[in-house]
Amino acid sequence: MIHSRAQLKKDLLGWLWVSPWVIGFLAFLAAPMAMSLYYSFTDYPLLEGPVWIGLGNWQRMLTDEVFHAAILRTAWYAILFIPIATAMALVIAALLNEKVKAGGFFQAAVFIPTLVPMAGSAMIWLWMLNGEYGLINQSIHAAFGWAGIEGPNWLQNSKWAMPSILMISLWSIGQMVVVYLAALKEVPDELLEAGALDGMGPIRRFFNITLPMISPVILFNIITLMIGSLQVFAIPYVLSAATPGNDPRAMYFFTSSMYDNAFRYNQMGYASAQAWLQLLITLGLTAIMFAASKKLVHYRA
Amino acid sequence: MAREGSSTVVGVRRGLVSRVLVYGTLVVIAVTFLMPLVWMVATSLKTAPEASRSTFSLLPTPPSAAVSNAVKNYSDVWNDPTVRFPLYLRNTLIIASLSVIGMTLSSAIVAFGFARLEWRGKKALFAFVLATMMIPFPVVMGPMFLLFSQIGWIGSLKPLWVPAFFANAFNVFMLRQFFMGIPKELDEAARIDGCSSWGIFWRIIVPLSKPALAVVALFHFVFVWNDFLGPLIFLNHQDQFTLALGLQLYQSKAGQTPWNLLMAASTLVIAPVLVVFLLAQGALVKSVATTGIKG
Repeated sequence: MIHSRAQLKKDLLGWLWVSPWVIGFLAFLAAPMAMSLYYSFTDYPLLEGPVWIGLGNWQRMLTDEVFHAAILRTAWYAILFIPIATAMALVIAALLNEKVKAGGFFQAAVFIPTLVPMAGSAMIWLWMLNGEYGLINQSIHAAFGWAGIEGPNWLQNSKWAMPSILMISLWSIGQMVVVYLAALKEVPDELLEAGALDGMGPIRRFFNITLPMISPVILFNIITLMIGSLQVFAIPYVLSAATPGNDPRAMYFFTSSMYDNAFRYNQMGYASAQAWLQLLITLGLTAIMFAASKKLVHYRA
Repeated sequence: MAREGSSTVVGVRRGLVSRVLVYGTLVVIAVTFLMPLVWMVATSLKTAPEASRSTFSLLPTPPSAAVSNAVKNYSDVWNDPTVRFPLYLRNTLIIASLSVIGMTLSSAIVAFGFARLEWRGKKALFAFVLATMMIPFPVVMGPMFLLFSQIGWIGSLKPLWVPAFFANAFNVFMLRQFFMGIPKELDEAARIDGCSSWGIFWRIIVPLSKPALAVVALFHFVFVWNDFLGPLIFLNHQDQFTLALGLQLYQSKAGQTPWNLLMAASTLVIAPVLVVFLLAQGALVKSVATTGIKG
């Protein structure tokens, strides 16, 4: 109790230092979230004020087929992208970990595409995937044209929209590669040598020693990928705007629907309900992943 | 060694085969990842008819035409009367510089509070800060737009840089890790000499943390340069567009923009970030690695 005044002073000082974050949190995160929670129970056409409609928006989500298709497409995207991206990043990182010469160059080659703005990335791939002159279809023609195999009209054909978007997303997994490479370097050599002495081949060593050792990093990255996958927006937005002949729904994702409802159709109430659904799904999936991974992930003491 | 001579030879050979495989795969991967960028630049050096012709050639014919084509294509893009890239560059630079200063300074201040001071509630608040990283931006974008339009910020660049002055959870986390690595004795010595906590921050921690602060600044610069959704929502006059939005506008304006010009525009937008990256490569890659692990 004697120290209480000094302690209080210290507490005030601490809160003062972190106050920029606290103020920013209240203004740019907590307040908008509270507002959107309230709007999610209202009809809010922007020109007039919000009108309370209870669970109306939430009921509408149950029957909105365009929205269901968008959620399903987002789920497919996440289900395909997360494992492919993780496997690819791990393989590339493992190759780079083989004490290669010019490793810096290879690492930079994989990392550089992550710096390309989404709008630029969409533009480049619009060109790469062009049905007539695109480099990809030219290459397919050069390699298999004699057998009558030609590349599809990637972006104009709704069947090929998802593979196209996956390809573009996989182009920027470089950040993950760098993270995995660093994690692989932390795996103690003695463990791998002990495994080799026990007669394990390189593949078994990778699955039985390396993978468990880096599993916390993998979990963290998978969760980050999951959160990002649920928000995918910019690339399909630019691509579908740029390919008018296409079925626009082929590139319609969860966030596309939120964006349209909020800023195109002036249905802020409905958009807010969708936003909260996205938040709840994100939190729910993260919690499930943490719980499910308890047995799979190995934390060093 | 000598006793098992034959098996060592097999081992060496197997080693050689696997080396060749490793390098072969890496070369294929590197070419695949770089090809879209190489092809973008190559296309920007061609004439319009040449660009839309089936050819694997990286250079126009004759190759010496690359320079004059480049001059023509890039100046066409730069001087386009409706899509004004010089203006978008100016807007992007204004947002980027203000926002990088704000983000670096505010995140460092907050990180100092978490790393170097003792106060009640610190641990709980820090855990809370980390948890907010999970909140998706789309969840708040609608109400944020309404808030900003109510205070009259829509129509200005403010929505894109003012929030940067209120720190960001990820950067706070990264800088806190770095600050905690600086010996505490330095603070105590300074405190005995009569230094206030601001003095400790400004005269000890900041000078010792320049590399970490540079990394935060760089990452934030790249983020601002590349951001699409933020400008798309908050900027509704073409005069305020950023380069990322301008690029999309350029693509969609006529529907007939030739590929060589589109790729020249893309190169203009992408190149500055790549140059910044190449200048700071070492520091950047290292920091991604450590934050990813500790995360």
